[in-house]
Amino acid sequence: MFDTIGFYFFAGLAVISAVLVVTRRNAVHSAIFLITALLATAGIFLQLHAEFLFIVQVILYVGGIMVLFVFVIMLVNLDVAIHQMQFNRMWLVALLLTIALGAQVYMVFHYAHAGMTEPLFHLQPARASDLEPNTELIGATLFSQYMLPFEIASILLLVAMIGAVVMAKRKV
Amino acid sequence: MLNSLYEFFKPHLLPLLFALVIVALLPLVAGYVVLLERKVMADMQARLGPMRVGPHGLLQPIADALKLLIKEDIIPENADKWIFWLAPLTSVAAAMLAMAAIPFGPFFQIADLNIGLLFILGIGSMGLFGIVLGGWASNSHYSLLGALRSAAQLVSYETAAGMAIVSGVLLGGTLSTRGLVEAQASGHVWFIFVAPVGFFIYLVASIAETNRAPFDLPEAESELVAGYMTEYSGFRWALYFLGEYANMIVVASIATTLFLGGWLRPFSSWHKADFLDYFPMLLMLLVAGYSLYRAPKQPVAVQKIFMVAVAGLCFLLAVVLGLPQFAPAGSAFVAMKPGVHGAFWFLLKVGVYLYLFLWLRFTFPRFRFDQLMKVGWHLLIPVSIVNVFGIGVALYLHRSPEQGGYGWGMISSVGVTTLFTLLIAAWLLKKHEQAPATPAAEKF
Repeated sequence: MFDTIGFYFFAGLAVISAVLVVTRRNAVHSAIFLITALLATAGIFLQLHAEFLFIVQVILYVGGIMVLFVFVIMLVNLDVAIHQMQFNRMWLVALLLTIALGAQVYMVFHYAHAGMTEPLFHLQPARASDLEPNTELIGATLFSQYMLPFEIASILLLVAMIGAVVMAKRKV
Repeated sequence: MLNSLYEFFKPHLLPLLFALVIVALLPLVAGYVVLLERKVMADMQARLGPMRVGPHGLLQPIADALKLLIKEDIIPENADKWIFWLAPLTSVAAAMLAMAAIPFGPFFQIADLNIGLLFILGIGSMGLFGIVLGGWASNSHYSLLGALRSAAQLVSYETAAGMAIVSGVLLGGTLSTRGLVEAQASGHVWFIFVAPVGFFIYLVASIAETNRAPFDLPEAESELVAGYMTEYSGFRWALYFLGEYANMIVVASIATTLFLGGWLRPFSSWHKADFLDYFPMLLMLLVAGYSLYRAPKQPVAVQKIFMVAVAGLCFLLAVVLGLPQFAPAGSAFVAMKPGVHGAFWFLLKVGVYLYLFLWLRFTFPRFRFDQLMKVGWHLLIPVSIVNVFGIGVALYLHRSPEQGGYGWGMISSVGVTTLFTLLIAAWLLKKHEQAPATPAAEKF
């Protein structure tokens, strides 16, 4: 029961703050709600006993990326930005996209139910104490099974980093 | 309903109690760290420091807290009220939450997480939002500059601190705080002796992360009034201070757990040094005796009573710490020994680390901002990367041949790689000394 309450708490928090990120006019408020949304997602990870994903979410997204976001936002002249027109108002396109996405989700559920005797997405819960530690598992998987994609991703990041340094150097 | 509530909380009762103890004691401890700081500062500047409230100023923190509580709470007219209210709370909450995974002793720990160290780091770094948002919400130039400096400084030094922590984690082979201490116990060596460069980098980076002098640019009073908390007053200001001091305790605890052997006694596996087990009791008896000796010399009756009370408290602690030594084997007191003595040694080490913080603060002048960035990016980060690399090589070398290593001794492999790291550091320093001095950056 408490697990269910916890899940709906985090999920609701994530959805509400995600909506508020888009609707707030003040960029700093948006950033704060984005932080809340990320933290709520981290909370869901924690509930699934994926501690490593939880803390990586907190360290990387909240502690790293969002700090830089806020850093940049604070340098913007907010008084001007608040009174400017900030959004492209394209209701029709957004509506069509939403309908298409909703239909897609519905179809997935509908056909999955029709074709199977077991309901989809209904995995047997495993006891947390029976699972292997999440951190070691992720490390072992990344460095054995997914070695090549992992290395490709890190080379991509390295290229981006070097690119940023080169671009910053040229300006001086 | 009530029954299910009880069933749910039953396994968490002890951790909840610990959490309550930490939340209740932290403001008091932070207050006394402030007093300690003022006393140490006074001692280093050949003064007496606070002497009026209580004997030797021992009641000063309580007087300060009362004063701050009854001060007027000012919110600037154009401040973003909601964030202005939220920011100091974030600072304190993050620091308190980070304490959940700190092992204050083999028994006194709220949660032994598999990711303990990362948890402390990640949650602790969220305290930065308190500073940044508070600085922004105040709607004042000084506050904003302080907040920007703080964000830039933390982002720069977190990388170095993270790399220094990685060097310790590599040696321990786990992220669990308890596992790290146990690894140091079974390895018979504290990691500071295996990774001295890592410890040094963490020391510097942790001072920068907690915004302490000589890296206290975000609140540099000679340039920015009080930095990010210029507009704060009364109890909100006190919350910022509480957050800062709680953060100091957190980083000191990380350093203690990772590099200084956590709750382990010095020479814990060497039985000829078992006489050190008497040290906690003797220290407490010494303090109690000194307090009793000073009690009649206090000018006011209340101060005399307070001094005797302090002596009594210390004597009680001495009894608790000494009982396991003299109790017959097999009694409950002997079973209590690891917990009580572990907590004593842990807190002693945290205290020594904090004293180092204070010592550095009163010894070094403040860095300029471009110097701070240069130390971080040009020296600490490269050296910390080389250090992690070196520790990895050392671990590989000193493994026995059956495990796929070369079977060098611990001392030789660690010595060679540490020497290599130090050479790189010296080379970097020399290079920057020869480089033409860049004009001072006036951007921040």
